[in-house]
Amino acid sequence: MNPRLSPSAWAGAIMLAVFVFLGLFGPLIAPYPVGVEAVDQAPQFLSPSLAHWLGTDENGVDALSQLLYGARSALVLSLVVVSSCALIGVSIGVIAGYFRGVVDEVVMRIVDVLMAFPGILLNIAIVATVARPGLGLVMAALIANGWVGYARVARGQVLSLRERDYVQAARATGASDARIMARHVVPNLMAPVMVQMTFAFGGVILIEASLSFLGLGPQTDHTWGAMLDQGRNLMFKPGYGHYIVAPGLAIAWVVLAANLLGDGLRDRFDPKQRGRG
Amino acid sequence: MPIGAFLIRRLGLGLVSMLGVSVLVFLFLHLIPGDPVDHLAGGEATAEQRQKIEQCMALDKPLPEQFARFLGSVADGTLGHQCPDPKGKPTVMDRIVEVYPHTLALALCGMVVAMLLALPLGVVAAIRRGTWVDTLASVTSLSGIAIPMMLLGPLLLLWFFVELGWLPGPTEVGPSALILPAIAVGTHLMAMLARMTRSSMVEVLGEDYLRTARAKGLPEHTVIAKHALRNAILPVITIAGLQFGSMLSGAIITEKAFARPGIGLLLIDSISERNYPVVQGCVLVIAASYVVVNIVVDLGYGLADPRIRRA
Repeated sequence: MNPRLSPSAWAGAIMLAVFVFLGLFGPLIAPYPVGVEAVDQAPQFLSPSLAHWLGTDENGVDALSQLLYGARSALVLSLVVVSSCALIGVSIGVIAGYFRGVVDEVVMRIVDVLMAFPGILLNIAIVATVARPGLGLVMAALIANGWVGYARVARGQVLSLRERDYVQAARATGASDARIMARHVVPNLMAPVMVQMTFAFGGVILIEASLSFLGLGPQTDHTWGAMLDQGRNLMFKPGYGHYIVAPGLAIAWVVLAANLLGDGLRDRFDPKQRGRG
Repeated sequence: MPIGAFLIRRLGLGLVSMLGVSVLVFLFLHLIPGDPVDHLAGGEATAEQRQKIEQCMALDKPLPEQFARFLGSVADGTLGHQCPDPKGKPTVMDRIVEVYPHTLALALCGMVVAMLLALPLGVVAAIRRGTWVDTLASVTSLSGIAIPMMLLGPLLLLWFFVELGWLPGPTEVGPSALILPAIAVGTHLMAMLARMTRSSMVEVLGEDYLRTARAKGLPEHTVIAKHALRNAILPVITIAGLQFGSMLSGAIITEKAFARPGIGLLLIDSISERNYPVVQGCVLVIAASYVVVNIVVDLGYGLADPRIRRA
């Protein structure tokens, strides 16, 4: 195992830490409110100034404050979706790989179906079921097919882990299946799962932004995707470019951070995958 | 496994997947609020007109019967008809056939852009591995994933269409109108291909035949281009092929961003119109393309490299 994380992985970790900090405290340090009560508190479309660093939008709401509230939504979205997907996927994958047989067949066929078409189609179909989806429904839509990747990885690992001597030894001492899975199998497959979770952290935010862009994003919360969509309608007017660039760069920041850290973790946990640099 | 048996198994699994996809989409479509009749008939429709549309779309029938009708329309190749008056109007299949070539062209050109960007980045990173050039190349290729298509697409339009006026804008479909959307799709795929190129090149650079090539006095660029890259490129092409299916989902966003006709835009517009038959047809065709492309890539890889035999 490579003992140290590469500098670029550290850069990713620090960038991600900044995002987590802003997600936790963003709404507290936001200079202005962003809800309904904030509408028309300032003139609309103010240019960036000391009072409004990123200007105000068409409702006279401070854009920087919206960005900070958006960080909270993005953090909640990625934490909930990534951890739920990992929990569901790993559980299903471990059970399928450990017991094999019919359970395995059924699970893998479901996985095949979900992988047979672009995932965003299912997300769209779920989100479109209500007129004004909230963050909760968008999260549910992302979880609906997000677990599949984890199930595949976990199952693949379990297939080899279950034949290991220490698992056989545990079985010989009379340990129950549940105990063997929890104590001997799951801890040994967490490394690749952690790597996948890190990458997914950014991917989830990108999908939310895609849904918002298609007009199917959360309507009841402030998200970067919604800001991006709003900015897209304004950007062709001279001097309005920052409305799309600010949320776009915020998304890019998180996705880049997640990928830098994910690459670094993968190198550390699995030297075979490394570019042998 | 012989190729015939492999094909039959994969096609069978593909059909099962597509049936699963159809059922899923069918169920979710019918959960979508909003009456498709409202959209088709308009506000001033009489009860009689509404009833006619309802009957035409079989919305008054139970769900299983509606689904059976959908399967029937798959079997006869029309994928369904437009209501209220199907005669003389294009079928769903006609509408898809009309826009599908645009999507295919976009996916192919996007793939070309991705390769053109990824190969130099990957090769340079491999040759200068461990240096700042390597780091710069990987950050560059990663930013392709990181910058959302929803930002990149409009920015490209702003620069090259609005400000410079070099390239055509939204809604056009000529060859030059392909350039910006292809760049938007291709940059996204670039990172994965560049990473694959780099690791594949690093492996090849350690081979004996490269030492031989250098020892006989070949210039370094010939060694890299003719001896190293040629051998390193096969896994890259495989990954590119496997990613082709995901280009189709990228096309949904890109076509929307550039208002470019294609199956993605047709799908999104049909969802907002609640045009069930078209939505179902589009999803089915996208899923079918996905399945077919993946089988072709697997087959092609096995033929190109006989050492690989799939289980």
